[in-house]
Amino acid sequence: MGSKQHDAIVVGAGHNGLVAACYLARAGLKVLVLERNAYVGGAAVSRSLYEGFTYSNCSYVCSLLRTEIIRGLELPRHGLQIIPYEGGCTMMRTGEHLAIYDNHDAMRRELARHSRHDAEAYDRYVRDMLRHCRFIKPLLLREPPDPTSFKPRDIRELLFLGRHFGKLGEARMYDTLRFFTMSCADMLDEYFESEIVKAHLAGSSIIGTALGPRSPGSAYVLLHHYMGSIDGAVGAWGFARGGMGAVTQALAASLTASGGTIRASAPVAQILVRHGRATGVVLDSGEEISAPVVVSNLDVRRTFLETVAPEHLPGEFLEQVRRFKIRGSSGKLNIALDGLPQFPAIPQGSPSTRGDMHITDTLEMVERAYDDWKEGRWSRAPYVDMLIPTQIDPTMTPDGKHYMSVFVQYCPYQLAEGEWTPARRQAFGDTVIDAIARHSPNFKDLILHAEIRTPRDIENEVGLTEGNIFQGELTFDQLLFNRPIPGYAQYRAPLKGMYMCGSSTHPGGGVMGAPGANAANAILRDLGRLQ
Amino acid sequence: MLTESEPHYRQPLRKTPFHERARALSQLDSFIPWSGYTTVDVFTSVEQEYFAIRNAASLYDLTPMVKYRVAGPDALRFLNRLMTRDMRKLTPGKVAYTVWCNDEGHLIDDGTVFCLAPHEYRVCTAEWQLDWFRASAIGFDVELREITEEVAALAVQGPTSCRLLRLAGVAGIERLKPFEHGGFELAADPAAARAAVPIMVSRTGFTGDLGYELWMQPQDAEAVWDALMEVGRTRAVRPIGSRALNIARIEAGFILPKADFVSAEHTLYLGTERSPLELGLAWLVDFHKGHFTGRRALLEEQRRGPRRLLVGLDVEGTKPAHNALLYTERSGRREAGSVTSATWSPTCKRNLALALVDASCSATGSEVWADIYLNRELVWERRMVRARVVERPFFAPTRRRATPPADY
Repeated sequence: MGSKQHDAIVVGAGHNGLVAACYLARAGLKVLVLERNAYVGGAAVSRSLYEGFTYSNCSYVCSLLRTEIIRGLELPRHGLQIIPYEGGCTMMRTGEHLAIYDNHDAMRRELARHSRHDAEAYDRYVRDMLRHCRFIKPLLLREPPDPTSFKPRDIRELLFLGRHFGKLGEARMYDTLRFFTMSCADMLDEYFESEIVKAHLAGSSIIGTALGPRSPGSAYVLLHHYMGSIDGAVGAWGFARGGMGAVTQALAASLTASGGTIRASAPVAQILVRHGRATGVVLDSGEEISAPVVVSNLDVRRTFLETVAPEHLPGEFLEQVRRFKIRGSSGKLNIALDGLPQFPAIPQGSPSTRGDMHITDTLEMVERAYDDWKEGRWSRAPYVDMLIPTQIDPTMTPDGKHYMSVFVQYCPYQLAEGEWTPARRQAFGDTVIDAIARHSPNFKDLILHAEIRTPRDIENEVGLTEGNIFQGELTFDQLLFNRPIPGYAQYRAPLKGMYMCGSSTHPGGGVMGAPGANAANAILRDLGRLQ
Repeated sequence: MLTESEPHYRQPLRKTPFHERARALSQLDSFIPWSGYTTVDVFTSVEQEYFAIRNAASLYDLTPMVKYRVAGPDALRFLNRLMTRDMRKLTPGKVAYTVWCNDEGHLIDDGTVFCLAPHEYRVCTAEWQLDWFRASAIGFDVELREITEEVAALAVQGPTSCRLLRLAGVAGIERLKPFEHGGFELAADPAAARAAVPIMVSRTGFTGDLGYELWMQPQDAEAVWDALMEVGRTRAVRPIGSRALNIARIEAGFILPKADFVSAEHTLYLGTERSPLELGLAWLVDFHKGHFTGRRALLEEQRRGPRRLLVGLDVEGTKPAHNALLYTERSGRREAGSVTSATWSPTCKRNLALALVDASCSATGSEVWADIYLNRELVWERRMVRARVVERPFFAPTRRRATPPADY
């Protein structure tokens, strides 16, 4: 491969790297995407680790992926289909359950079964979440303005932000400001009286996050999981047909169709810098590839602490990168099942098993799970977000067999008792399987294979620092113009020609694609290809 | 705590105590959801059902109307702070139509308050209010309980409704005045092996006509229905669905949530809330009774004058102006507002609409132009049609107030 052929190199073929590459290729740039693994996708992958079964190995459900990106990059034409799921539930230790239904009347009656007041308060809760979403949504596909800058564009964007905020009206401005800094538990207490309702909803506030439901800032994380939509239904989640790898496969196909190139098994060792300018990369193999634009899809820590030589970077900037909060707190089990597990708490035929199933039935229980993490051990009674997509998706397993995705919160990156070992990983997996088995008598007998992933495994395999699924905590100090580093929130690295496009940048994690799209926009503007 | 065991994912909607009777008479199988219940939209014919309201008597199942029991030593203080009307004037045996607002003076809902006894009230609302009422009850010694399922409700409306109830043996009903309620009895009927049934009757309704609302225990619902259908068999009595009622309520000029306004509890967009002053309900707002929720904002709005107003329109032509945008001139250059409800009135023989218009076009006699789309065998045509602001209600027969009512 010659060296002067590429206009831009994207380091890492995660969904954001591919989104950025797609937009650059569509603007006419010759783009090369370099991927360390033998497969593309980063944390949005579908892999087969057991004969005949496909897993969504990391991310497992889809909602946040921006409709503008799906349409703009023609992902449906390249094979992407997202199917909303029907419901969900939390199974209780008492043998009872709370079901979530997409039918409003059924949902109301289900909530009223637990608390008539909460059935009404739920409508108010949904209304307020939608109001917050209406505020945030227009900010997702925009470069956050730098409040200290006097550049016309920043001033214009700040005015937009201010006007947009002003449109909320006085009372809602207060609400929105409170919301960004509140704990999820305090927020839910303002609506609900029933423990089980709060426990179910709190799940979204801790996923991927080293916070508990009582930690300030956790309310925003819940909203972050609410602001997606499927076909106009805000807050709805769904399955990508064929697993989450379908997202990145469609992106890869879209990129190829636009003339972009992807090289797998091509780990980047260093980003090359000459005279304060990124000039290309050197691979582990020693091969050098040059390009005037280098875009890193790696998280901000990995990008600047491991891929750029420190002498090229400002000292204080590096110090801030080192301080960037990117803590591992999540584990994942992918389980091949010989049949559909029974859940005695759920009535026969209920759609509740065809969505996200939880087993933590009080906020207290979730907070205790977090306490374990703080003490450097995996939660003894973990929060799990458990789904069996093969009840809906016929493509992932043989007939009659099922795949279960179990997202686990909390699991530390560093154990207090010592390093992660295969035996400890297995013990972690057993803790989760035992917890599920308490709600499903035949679950253990059905297990054919289980992939157990600790934060350490996620870091090793996917490259996410500490296995943090969002490439950095989604707390207010690391959002908007503070994400990832104050002063560097506009996708530009402190080196000319170098950009960031991962979830470390605004608006953050989840399979959203917005960081990739915004980064591409910034690059094209710098190249004079946008007005 | 967990009482309901039926699988509501299979049947999300409840059945009212009248459901079996209604289903047997429903020829079109046309049911719609209403506050968690399945209810009849049309039994056989909207026109025939409508004329039962204006010509004879109609039965309408209003069980899904949300009902609350409000009781306790502070019940009156609580209601008086919550509601825009002076609740101190509401004595046992009386009913009041009222609205309630949030601090911004934006409408939460409208409904009726029944004073059952000192310290004991029933509040009937269009939408669920427990969340709002509970928040409003802070500091008051008051018990709030939703009793929707515990009380079956049947509206008997139309010029012969008093006669119908008398024939069914509801003695003394002719003395009940508008906005009064009382305990009555449906007389025993040995032929039908029926014992006397206690019912509460209020002279209230949503039709603007002579009419009553019957409140009973759910287990008595079918007996009451059967008795009224039996004595009404030869007198053109019909069960009616929501579509027929909607025509009557527009003629009567009554507003409907989700049609003419959206509760400030549900709005997502700023500026879509409505105040009682905008909706022409200033007569329900009593600034002299002392403090109530929304008073300050409403006083300010009254001083400033509302920017838009809900008015009645008489639209030329016969095509109802559903969802029509309104303009100040035929050219359609300046918008004046939009239609919220519309119907052809079979009784008035007029094309009626309720519309929210700029204050500048709200005076009676003002002229606006409605942008109406006509579908002529799938060929769409657009018409600018003249509409005049007229007094509401469009239809207000004197019989609705007469006590005793005419005996036919």
